[in-house]
This record gives sequence, structure tokens and C-alpha cells, in this order.
Amino acid sequence: MNYSPVPMHIPDGFLTIFVSIICWLITVSLLAIAIRKTNKALGEKQVPLMGIMAAFIFAAQMLNFPVAGGTSGHLLGGALAAIVLGPWAAMLVMTAVIAVQGLLFQDGGLIVMGANILNMGLLTAIVGYGLYRLVENRSTKTRLATAGVAAWLSVMTGALATALQLWLSGTAKLNIVVPAMLGVHSLIGIGEALVTVSALAFIFRTRPDLLNATSTSSQGGRGWVYAGILITLLVVSLTPLASTNPDGLNRVAQDLGFFNTSQAAPYQIISNYKLPFLGVTPLSTILAGTLGVLLVLGLVFVVGRTLRKRKE
Amino acid sequence: MHDNVFDRYHASESLLHRLDPRVKVLVTVSFILSNALIPDGTWLSFAFCWLLILLANQQARLGLGFTFKRSFVALPFALAAITVIFSIPGRTLAEWHIISLILVPTDAGLLRFLSILVRSWLSIQMAILLVATTQFPDLIHAFEHLRVPRILTTIIAFLYRYLFVLTDEVFRLLRAREARSAGLPGQKRGGSLLWRARVTGNMAGQLFLRSYERSDRIYNAMLSRGYSGNLRTLHPHIMRRRDWLVLIVMLGSLLLIQLTGWIR
Repeated sequence: MNYSPVPMHIPDGFLTIFVSIICWLITVSLLAIAIRKTNKALGEKQVPLMGIMAAFIFAAQMLNFPVAGGTSGHLLGGALAAIVLGPWAAMLVMTAVIAVQGLLFQDGGLIVMGANILNMGLLTAIVGYGLYRLVENRSTKTRLATAGVAAWLSVMTGALATALQLWLSGTAKLNIVVPAMLGVHSLIGIGEALVTVSALAFIFRTRPDLLNATSTSSQGGRGWVYAGILITLLVVSLTPLASTNPDGLNRVAQDLGFFNTSQAAPYQIISNYKLPFLGVTPLSTILAGTLGVLLVLGLVFVVGRTLRKRKE
Repeated sequence: MHDNVFDRYHASESLLHRLDPRVKVLVTVSFILSNALIPDGTWLSFAFCWLLILLANQQARLGLGFTFKRSFVALPFALAAITVIFSIPGRTLAEWHIISLILVPTDAGLLRFLSILVRSWLSIQMAILLVATTQFPDLIHAFEHLRVPRILTTIIAFLYRYLFVLTDEVFRLLRAREARSAGLPGQKRGGSLLWRARVTGNMAGQLFLRSYERSDRIYNAMLSRGYSGNLRTLHPHIMRRRDWLVLIVMLGSLLLIQLTGWIR
């Protein structure tokens, strides 16, 4: 069985109740809008179409391709779903996928499901669709290239949101979890971008009518573009801030009152998580994070391979 | 063909299997919620939680170790929490120098890390038990009764129903790729990473089209059979006295566990 979990599904126990509830609130309010919008656009046909599309995303996540040394990449599908089906439908589809993964396979928890849906279903759809919408009327080449960037960014956004939630819950250290999550997902994101672009190119070649149908239908105005760009800017600007100057983010969280309710400890920098030859730059931190993650992944891979051999 | 790959239900006759799915969902969610609320390091309360799970295992006639064996799926995620050992101030346990890195594990950090692990491990066991004793359509039906929007539950029910069909489609695509990718032993098969990703992308696109067209056919077939917008289940869901009793006893014991955690 080559069903492989994605390292973004938060299990129960890793987020505090407070963070979980906030994420649920955001998720539920966005989903409420999504249900209303799709109902208006599709009517009765909505259920079969979106049910099958959810099964499609779930099944497509099993299409893996060898990357290197026995590891393999596969699609997450948030951006692809948003581009092909439109953002609101994609949100419902991804929610169903994440719900089944959590309920049936314990791939992600139940209380934290709101956070998982937000990270992997809603944010990815907004970023993916928002950026794609920007170039809606351009040439196919531009659209495909943008879709690739959007897919990569959607994965990064999900990873950053996951990292921030873990930090707000006092489960991880900010200046390690952010570069580590972003480091490993910048690689996963490349696979995501490549597969998304080729899948879209395939659909462009065979059934271009499907893609044009969703983009011209009433999916909402320029709001998507603004939302997509806004989140992208947030990711781009928060990343170096969180990696090099955690005190800045800490203060924001304190002002917002997160630390009074969550169990996070007052900050204390013990290790300097930097590559010595690169100096104190965001790049250095992210590279250090990536290196660390790659090391761990290598270890996991070796252990996994020996275990598998023994089984055979 | 793969009808049992995704099915987590273990058919059996037991109190837990017969229980109303709503009760099981409520108890599971409350259990996980209660886990999240128990303070760090109150091992006695965690032990009571595990006792509860063992009892439930036994009641479900699945064997005492049933959930234990399957409970390590979320373990890789513990990596994300490992930094907490070094970031919470407390009594220093050791000092490790790794190249330019100085890692100082503290007792408070270790306590928090272990608590997070135990919480997640207990929660997962309860979730495993839920899906092992409840058929998925009943589970979805229970969520519908608990006010989850019907559109969402119906989409999920559909996802589950066609998961098997589309998985077969995926296996056909993968088998076709295997068949195309013949090569001499010892020689590199296929092209660059970019090429491999493109092949996979084409397969995803193909899968999308097949799914999309299938959804049309399914919709027409449903219409012709009198589909009116919701799915039905043959199992009536009625709360009996036994269901209420189990619900109250379980919620009561969770409350007691909370008390043992907070009063010291």
C-alpha cells in the first residue's frame, strides 16, 4: 500500500485547546461561506461532483514518483483543486479529504482537525487560486508557470501556518520549527509544483473547456487576487522575521494575548541554530533547518529501509 | 479488489459495536478534549485514560492490545515537538555540544515533550477504537445528527464510496507506468526528476478527467434512480437506555480523570 502521509497533518495533543478552537472558528466560518457559494453555483449536482473530486484528490495523493534514494514525492492537491474547481469548491473537497484522513486513518487528529483543514485545505486554495486568477487571461504558458509558483507557495503557506500553530501551542521552538517546516516543504513544494503544472498542461491539451468554465464563472471578484497576494506577502515577510528575529513575533503574540492562555514558556535562546560560514542571515537559518531535516529524513529512511528488508 | 485496504471496521458482536454511533463519537471527542486539558506531567490521570482505553478494547472484544499495536502512526510527528525539550527553562539535565550547536535539555522541557507524546498517543488509540467498532456510513450519519452540515457529510460519504473505485483507477495507472518502464537490470530506468514528475502529472491529469467524466455518469445514474439530495442508511439510530447509560458513565469518568489531574 503506497498511501503515504504528508508531514503536515497535526495529530491530537500537539496543539493547545485555545489554538485548536481559534483554528476551528476560522475554518467553520470560511466553510459556511463555501457551502453557500457552491450550493448556488452547482445546486443538486454539487454532491456527486464534489464527492468524486474529493475521492480524486485522495487517490491522486497515491500517485507517487521516485525522487532520490528510495524516497518519493506525491501531490497534495490543494492548489490543483482550487485552479480546476474554483476556490470554494476546492475548500469543500479538501475538507472532505482531510476529514477522511483524520477520521479513518488517524492521519491528523480530531480536535486539531480545524487547524489541519485551515492549513492544507483553505489556505492552499486561497493562495493557489488567488495567484492563478491574477493571470487568468494571459497565455497558457504564463498561466502554467504561475500555477507552478502558486502550488509551491500554497505548500509553503500551509507549512508556515502549521509551524506557527505549533509554536503558539508551546509545542515547538519558533526559530527551529519555522525553518525546519519551511525547509522540508520547500522541497516537497517543488514536487507539488511540477506535478500540478503537468496535470494542468494535460487538462489544457485534452479538455480546455473544463478550465475555462471554472475561471469565467462567478467565483467572486478581485478579492481572491488580493487575498492570495496578501497571504503570499505575509509568508514571504514572516519567514525571515520568524527565523532571525523571533522576539519580534513573540511580541506580536504577547500583544495579542496568546501567551496568557497558551502554555508557551518565556523565550530563551539557548542554541544558535545557524550555519557558521553564512553568518546570521535568514538564508543561513533556513539552510540549517533544511540540513537538519534532511539528516533526520535520511535517518528515518535508513531505519525504514532496514525494517522493510527484515519484513521481506 | 481492494475492499479491505481502506476499511478500518472490524466486524464483531460487542457492546461497543452495538452502541449508538453518536455516543461513540461524543465520547471519543470528549476523551481527546479531556486529554488536551489534563495538565502536563500528571501521569496518574494519563494512566487512568489508558485504563479506560484498555477496558474499551476488552469490551469491544478486539483484544487488549488492539489499539496499542496501531497507535504509533503519529509518532513521526513527534519530531516537530522535540525542540521543546531544549526551549523551556528549567533544571539543566545535560549539555550536548554538536558542532556549533549547544543543546541543553531541561527537566521542564522533557516533561512537556513526554506529556505531548502521551496525549497524542492516547487520543489516537481512542480514534482507532472508534473506527474499528463503527461502520463508516454510520459514523458519517452520526456526524450528520451532531449538526455537521449535510452537504459536507454527503461529500464525505461519497468520497468514501468512490475511494475504492478511484484507487483501482490509480492502481491501473501505476501498473501501466510500471509496464512502460521496462529496463535492463543494473541500468537506469526512466528520465530525469523533471521527466518523472511530468509523467506523474500526466497521470494525475488523466485521473482527473476520468473522475470528472465518471461523476457525470454517476449523477445521471443517481437521478434515474430517484436521488433526492441525501443518502440513506439502513441502520436506524435510536438512543436507547443503554446508550444514555454508557454516555453518562463515560463522561463521568472523564470528569473524574480531570479531577485527579487538577487536584493534587
